[in-house]
Amino acid sequence: MPLDLKGVSKQVGGETHIYPTDLTLEPGVFNILLGTTGAGKTTLMQLMAGLERPTAGEVWFGGVNVTGMPVQKRNVSMVHQQFINYPNMSVFENIASPLRVARMPKAEIKARVERMADLLKLTPLLGRRPSELSGGQQQRCAMARALVKDASLVLLDEPLANLDFKLREELRDELPRLFADRDCVVVYATTEPVEALLLGGNTATVFQGRVAQFGPTGEVYRRPGTLTSAQVFSEPPINTAPVTKDGATIRLGEHTDWTAPPPIQALPDGAYVFGIRPHHVTLAPDGTHPVAIDGMVLVTELSGSESVVHFRLGADDGAAPWVSQSHGIHAVPVGQVARLHMDVAQGLYFEPDGARIAA
Amino acid sequence: MRRLSPLVPALYILFVMLPIYWLLNMSFKTTNEILGDFTLWPREFTLENYITIFSDPTWYMGYVNSLAYVTINTVISVTAALPAAYAFSRYRFLGDKHLFFWLLTNRMAPVAVFALPFFQLYSAVGLFDTHLAVALAHTLFNIPLAVWILEGFMSGVPRQLDETAYVDGYSFPHFFVRIFLPTIAAGIGVACFFCFMFSWVELLLAKTLTAVEAKPIAATMTRTASSSGYELGLLAAAGTLTIVPGAFVIYFVRNYIAKGFALGRV
Repeated sequence: MPLDLKGVSKQVGGETHIYPTDLTLEPGVFNILLGTTGAGKTTLMQLMAGLERPTAGEVWFGGVNVTGMPVQKRNVSMVHQQFINYPNMSVFENIASPLRVARMPKAEIKARVERMADLLKLTPLLGRRPSELSGGQQQRCAMARALVKDASLVLLDEPLANLDFKLREELRDELPRLFADRDCVVVYATTEPVEALLLGGNTATVFQGRVAQFGPTGEVYRRPGTLTSAQVFSEPPINTAPVTKDGATIRLGEHTDWTAPPPIQALPDGAYVFGIRPHHVTLAPDGTHPVAIDGMVLVTELSGSESVVHFRLGADDGAAPWVSQSHGIHAVPVGQVARLHMDVAQGLYFEPDGARIAA
Repeated sequence: MRRLSPLVPALYILFVMLPIYWLLNMSFKTTNEILGDFTLWPREFTLENYITIFSDPTWYMGYVNSLAYVTINTVISVTAALPAAYAFSRYRFLGDKHLFFWLLTNRMAPVAVFALPFFQLYSAVGLFDTHLAVALAHTLFNIPLAVWILEGFMSGVPRQLDETAYVDGYSFPHFFVRIFLPTIAAGIGVACFFCFMFSWVELLLAKTLTAVEAKPIAATMTRTASSSGYELGLLAAAGTLTIVPGAFVIYFVRNYIAKGFALGRV
């Protein structure tokens, strides 16, 4: 049963938190809401769950209008970024609580809680209080509580954000398995593009209260509909620069130019925006169509296996610096001009208003 | 200098404890000894004072009355403050911040200001000289205090806990009683303690609004002389006993007292 948002918007005291949004979320795949903190992901989830009433528009679930229906009647479950458990109850009672409220027979509650505890490796901890658990265990407990009832809508609001790196990877690997045999709509909010790519499914890029784009995750990543969508779905941020098209030539600044791909050549001459992801800007020439650019190096970050260089194209005009991501460790002197190479075959072209031009 | 340093806290404690010791000391003396020579400890140790208090209804009923209205007051104050504090902590409504602050201003006027209107009002409706009268009068300053303390504790509980409970299927009343109240149990304890304490030590309203039936112990204690002359030993014993309930109650909230004085906002 799909979840439909039909022109849903939310205003709080004259401030618009969510602009009118249409979204159809299908069961059986991860539906990812990708956006920075404050973009409106949590508000969208509250609207989906029925915790907040939309100012305008309707929420439909499985062909039924559920707009005014209270959350208690909707068969929803939710996991928050903060580890939320009932502090006065044991882990067992925490997991059992949605079933107890639904007045399920005791024997079945026990069986279900034990199965869920087994799945989430909580069995030895069932007698403990949430305050006696580590962060990862607390979040497992919250997840077990969300999964123990057969909810038709499961909302995961940045469930891994407060966990340390190792635990995050571990739980993220488990997630698809937990939902493998369920027929429910799963919504997963995250701020990290990598997480969206790893979980797959469909992704909605959310920016300042608007859904910029919605579609299969890989599709949204490779073919962003707008510059905004590309910016949301890129970490480090996508590099952009104004370019001018002059016949078959694309000019970036005064010294850099290259031949545009055929679909771009067909466009009228004029100003456009060129975007390229950091890992297509490298210290050594790479890819099918490398173009050399010179940049003033501002910062370098060397991690175990890659070098990230922040640099400025041309004069300091207030534009955001570019970022280059290369494999291997390369020492680049800060404060000097370095030569970098961008694979323009991987570049994206946008209209000045932000719409992407198919290339 | 270094060798003197343990002396400073020792002296401090000595000075703090001195009045309490003197009260205790007097309570075991006869009135004659108190009025006679200066003695550091009872020459004629006597339990007579305590026996009188526990056997004479005009004395022990003072404690019963005080405990009765303090308990009623604590129950009313905390029960009324819980939903109010929840509303202030979770909802935004017109004038919420002003109303919240206005509550506290109720504590800023001397209690004496309210003695006359309360006396007049309660006499008119037949509440005069009842436990309920004093209990209700004390809610004037205890409800605002309880609201402030509870609001602080409640705001320390993430809103997502409420959401999680609703998502799990809990109705609001069910959630409030089964999950929310146990979560802020410490805050409720502290609020109860502060209500108890302020109601227990308040004398003016309690004395004004009662005559015989509901006369509090503090009012009984303010009579210094009776038909049998000065009864200083008796008064000292009564005073000693009056300290006990406060010390007893404070023991239970000792770990949260500081948070309570910060109105739950630490």
